[in-house]
Amino acid sequence: MKALRAIIFKDIVVEMRNKESVSSMLMFGLLSIVIFNFAFQSSGVDRSFLGPGILWVAFTFAGIIGLNRSLSMELDNDCMQGLLLAPLSRGDLYLAKVASNYAFMMIAELFVLPAFVLFYNLRFDAKIAEIVGVAAVATLGFVAIGTILSMISANTRMKEVMLPIMQIPITVPVIIASVEATGMILRGETDGITFPLAVLGTFSIVYLTASYMVIEYVVEE
Amino acid sequence: MPNTDLALQSEDIRKTFGSFTALAGVTMSVKRGEFVAFFGRNGAGKTTFLKIAATLMRATGGKLFIEGVRSDENPEQVRRRIGFLSHNTYLYRDLSPVENLRFFARLYQIPEAEDRISALLDRVGLRRRAKDPVRGFSRGLQQRLGIARVMLHEPALILLDEPYTGLDANAVQTLNEILDEAVSAGRTVILTTHDIEQGLRAATQAAIIEKGRLVLVARAGDPAVRNAYVEYIREGANR
Amino acid sequence: MITKALGVLSLVLMIAALYLIFLYAPLEATMGATQKIFYFHLPQAISSYVSALLLGFGCIMYLWKGDLKWDRFGSSVAELGLMFTATTIISGMIWAKPAWGTYWVWDARLTLQFILGLLFVAYFMLRAYLPNREKRAMLSCVFGLLAMVDVPFNYGSIYWWRTQHPQPVVSPGGGGLDPQMQVALLASFAAWGFLYAYLLRQRIAVAKVEEQVEYLEHVVQSA
Repeated sequence: MKALRAIIFKDIVVEMRNKESVSSMLMFGLLSIVIFNFAFQSSGVDRSFLGPGILWVAFTFAGIIGLNRSLSMELDNDCMQGLLLAPLSRGDLYLAKVASNYAFMMIAELFVLPAFVLFYNLRFDAKIAEIVGVAAVATLGFVAIGTILSMISANTRMKEVMLPIMQIPITVPVIIASVEATGMILRGETDGITFPLAVLGTFSIVYLTASYMVIEYVVEE
Repeated sequence: MPNTDLALQSEDIRKTFGSFTALAGVTMSVKRGEFVAFFGRNGAGKTTFLKIAATLMRATGGKLFIEGVRSDENPEQVRRRIGFLSHNTYLYRDLSPVENLRFFARLYQIPEAEDRISALLDRVGLRRRAKDPVRGFSRGLQQRLGIARVMLHEPALILLDEPYTGLDANAVQTLNEILDEAVSAGRTVILTTHDIEQGLRAATQAAIIEKGRLVLVARAGDPAVRNAYVEYIREGANR
Repeated sequence: MITKALGVLSLVLMIAALYLIFLYAPLEATMGATQKIFYFHLPQAISSYVSALLLGFGCIMYLWKGDLKWDRFGSSVAELGLMFTATTIISGMIWAKPAWGTYWVWDARLTLQFILGLLFVAYFMLRAYLPNREKRAMLSCVFGLLAMVDVPFNYGSIYWWRTQHPQPVVSPGGGGLDPQMQVALLASFAAWGFLYAYLLRQRIAVAKVEEQVEYLEHVVQSA
């Protein structure tokens, strides 16, 4: 447990030094929102219908950037090997990386969300807090699978390309459930929201458990 | 059966990569306090053996005990007892030497780490640069810090993979002194190299590995070592 | 021997199924001849899901036993899976154009099939970028397992939400199929089932040869 905390703390200190992960996620998220705005401006489609989808596309692409950044930090100087030499289990190492990836992605999302609210002329009210709640669950699922996939892609020649190719199809359920839940919140029809939230929760638990069990095979030489 | 007097005990350790055999059954034992030099050409299997001993790689077959602990069954206990140094330093560029060592101290849960860290930084001659980010360090300086990282948790078994590569003369001297101190304190050192002079400098035992097999294990002073070295390594290089 | 028998059997069954589909089963009242596509479409769709299931199984077996034969099994099933996913989508499109007036709609089943195809493609891309044989087996099995765990989630999420929209899918097999049509459909299932087994055995044999070639190339290069 102490070792786990040490890794998370180290990741935070490194991130505070170079700010690479959060800032690149943030830029990417903002750019996605801006570009979608161009795409829909002329079409006259009601933005509130497209809003949830745009928000989650922004989060997804930003998240992939963040996962790639976080891994390349560990590949620098072969630091991953240093972690593998430490007296903690591979599973705990995975959980530590999930925790720091989760923290950075949530921070980036918390910056992108107000921009989204502003640019799409939504109101800052309780709904925004509810969306943050959905994001908190969805991001966990996204990071749970993303962390192990980034470790898999680290072994390939085309790391940065392989990650989204594997990540996006697997996270389709997360994206659909989040878009649906966000849409319900924005429309004010939150009666059926437990179902998408349950899907997100189950997805997170299933992938945290599965990855915890198979991570050993990924890092083994 | 594990023998607790031995720092390392390997029984028929094998490793294959698909159809390529990296280790074809290595059986050897190393007593506590020995200084073993592994010689061999590139691809002979010395790094593979060290990586298996360090639990970075899983053997295809055979048993390995580190300080009496079976490495594939209790890898975490084994990792606590070993220090591993290769030409990669495993250091975070954005952190300073103190911060790097502090992180590894937490990872290994070392009590009273601060004293140990400052003593080690003095030992490897990095006191003055203790607070600068590692990013700006020369290769030699980074290696010095790498040595400090390996010694931080006072490992019983120190594994070094080609440690002299990229070291300047001063750093080589520092490393040698630290290793000698470790051996006299009862720790065990195993290093791989293809430089016979560096390898035999302080070694008590020498081993030559060729195509995944141990072809010779002898006392370091034995003339057979130099002969075998010439036969397997010099000739191999010319071939 | 078994392979040959499977081949002959699937050929005979396929001819029988063709007879039953085109000459024995009656024309469907509203859709006419285009409905015949379903006799091929449905077994192919089922085959693609069976492949997903088998891939997950093969991956677990490899991670458990460490025997490369399970990796060969996995990659062979995945290849069949990708092929059947493609034929399902294509045969579906051929039917959809006259029936729905469009080749593609983002309907639950179509989307699901498409994502399944993407997962198979990702599996093969990952394999292609991993040069070391053992590493390729290990990592692609981990990915295969994680991807196949995803299939039920995909199914759940897409099925639950996307079908809230009106969908013009006519489910075959459901809602009282004509008995003669049932016979034809069953025959088609049997024919495709045996063809699947035949192709799988052949593909695994080829995978073995490929591995030997790779080994010999390695020997020649290092000599």
